Amino acid sequence: MASVATEPLQELLRMAFPDATELAVVDRTGGGDHFQVTVASPRFAGLSLVDQHRLVYDALAMPLADGSIHELRIKTKGTT
Amino acid sequence: MTLRDQISDIIETEPVTLFMKGTPSFVACGNSQRALSALRAAVAPVTAVDILPDPRFRQELSSLSGWPTIPQIFVKGELVGGADIVEELAATGELERKLTDALGESYRDERAEHVIALDAA
Repeated sequence: MASVATEPLQELLRMAFPDATELAVVDRTGGGDHFQVTVASPRFAGLSLVDQHRLVYDALAMPLADGSIHELRIKTKGTT
Repeated sequence: MTLRDQISDIIETEPVTLFMKGTPSFVACGNSQRALSALRAAVAPVTAVDILPDPRFRQELSSLSGWPTIPQIFVKGELVGGADIVEELAATGELERKLTDALGESYRDERAEHVIALDAA
């Protein structure tokens, strides 16, 4: 599923969540700027959804700021 | 009042605030629509704020909340999240529990949607 558009985001997420048990980036429209991100990590355990999503936003701060992500959907799962 | 003060005032004062692209009668973005639909399903008394008229609206909001994307949903001053979170909370029934905790058992009685316009001047 890796593509030119999703690979850099995968890499950023892998660095931020080295212990992720699930990590997926899908280019929802094929246009390279609407993404669905799914991350399962023990780091999310016990955190509110807001704080879980904040960690994902932090990991993707650069592509969010420079406009290469136009739309981001996030699904996080806390694992133990 | 400065823009930042207007925004924080709305967040603190309104029971449920939805910062969105467009208004409930003319939604300009699919994610804002998802958030609005989830809030409506929970019969939340939504106060909607359109961030599109001026780019500074979104900049100020995101710098205030630390949340980079639109929509943003607040209940009684607390950031609940964006479209994904509100949809997830609505699906599990957690959203209605949150609204009941924050606003009381009778929060559904209000059944009103408001729109507040920010003043760019």
